[in-house]
Amino acid sequence: MAYSEKLLDYFQNPRCVGEIPEADAVAEVSNPVCGDVMKLWVKVDGGHIQDAKFKAQGCSAAIATSSFATEMLVGMEIERARLITKEEIAEALGGLPASKIHCSVLATDAIKQVLREFQPR
Amino acid sequence: MRRVYLDSNATTPVRPEVVAAMMSVLTEHFGNPSSIHWFGQHAKSMIDDARQHVARLINAEVSEIVFTSGGTEADNFAIRGIAESQKAKGRHIITSKIEHHAVLHTCQDLEKQGYEVTWIPVSRDGVVDASSVRRALRPDTILITIMHANNEIGTVQPIEEIGRIAEEADVYFHSDGVQSTGKIQVDVRKLKVDLYSISSHKIHGPKGAGALFVRKGTILKPLLTGGGHERNRRSGTENVAGIIGFGQAAKMARESLTSDMARVAELRDLLETALKSRIEFIQVNGENAPRLPNTTNIMVDYAEGEGLVISLDLKGVAVSTGSACSSGSMEPSHVLTAIGKTPDEAHGSLRLSLSALTTREDVEYVIEVLPGIVERLRDLSPYYKKV
Repeated sequence: MAYSEKLLDYFQNPRCVGEIPEADAVAEVSNPVCGDVMKLWVKVDGGHIQDAKFKAQGCSAAIATSSFATEMLVGMEIERARLITKEEIAEALGGLPASKIHCSVLATDAIKQVLREFQPR
Repeated sequence: MRRVYLDSNATTPVRPEVVAAMMSVLTEHFGNPSSIHWFGQHAKSMIDDARQHVARLINAEVSEIVFTSGGTEADNFAIRGIAESQKAKGRHIITSKIEHHAVLHTCQDLEKQGYEVTWIPVSRDGVVDASSVRRALRPDTILITIMHANNEIGTVQPIEEIGRIAEEADVYFHSDGVQSTGKIQVDVRKLKVDLYSISSHKIHGPKGAGALFVRKGTILKPLLTGGGHERNRRSGTENVAGIIGFGQAAKMARESLTSDMARVAELRDLLETALKSRIEFIQVNGENAPRLPNTTNIMVDYAEGEGLVISLDLKGVAVSTGSACSSGSMEPSHVLTAIGKTPDEAHGSLRLSLSALTTREDVEYVIEVLPGIVERLRDLSPYYKKV
């Protein structure tokens, strides 16, 4: 198997799946290349992300990275969340095969888009 | 964990009888078939037997079988061999949009070398219209190369009809028979092909062996020159063990083709019917076309192919997908694109391919586990709404 145990665990038992009906922001992104999609809901409280949930339609790496990234967001400061990179997600999941690196972009794109709503004014 | 192998269009398990035949070569009969002493001559006579088994499987004469390293080499040899030997006559080649990469990329390479290639489209069911091949003919056409059966969706092409067209036009005709051989009856005389590629490991033989049928009198420039092996068509000391294994596999495929494939077709139909009744929003690709008895290619909406393959693998089931996410190239399968599927539709494609060694229990296990896997992935999809 080209994937780490940890990645497969997040694929098989994804955390933070679902929708937040009263979310403060929702983002929907798709990977123009392979067609994977991710939808991300967040609820914020002051400068913190109080809760985050996701849904995704994509390959195992896309689902695992989406789940892991969403889980990272919960309780995180918005300013820290802006700094999440695809490398950070991929490394935390034990690395990705070269051809699957683009899958983790889905999650970082979703985070970027959802946090746009909370621009410091 | 229970292991079920339903990826037989990728490769097949080697039959025990094939292994036994190969072992004798690896241990005792190590001679070089070109040597005139007993060791060499014994190896040579074993190769002669293997050649006969392969020839019989497709109704060729023994002198028309050239052993190669596999299907890819056979395809390259046929296409490049004709392109080179016929270039004074013309530089136009006709092929289809659903060929295996061994043909597709070889034709693309020839395009770069100044050859012109006409890419014949296929119907939504994945079949080439023979009359469009006729219409594509030009005075400078030197080769038609159309696969016998497609590796991804299993559709069988009208080779006999195209063979008649090629014969009338006096144009060389090659067909990639890697997927059809051993699964449907192949008679190179009836098909009117001049060149026909076969692979050993798709019919329960070893990898690294294959053959090109070259009709008597066909002028073909060799890819490999050297000691003049294979009647000067393919130099290099023979892969004796591989060829002997291939011969044994061909013999067994021929002996049991009719009964094996009737059973395989029944299991494939059982699988298809059960999946269609247990999983909503699925379609079978090429369903209305003549198809190989062992292949089913389904498209599962609201799920992604690579995720399905990995989930099945974790349950012990091996299958494959034409989804962009599994290809490395990030492009969906060119075959699914050619039959008019959008990248979104191709996203959820799954190929299940059976073999003579597939059991009813294997199929029943897949019928049991796949619906739950699809359901789980759909529950994660932002687009799927349960009805």
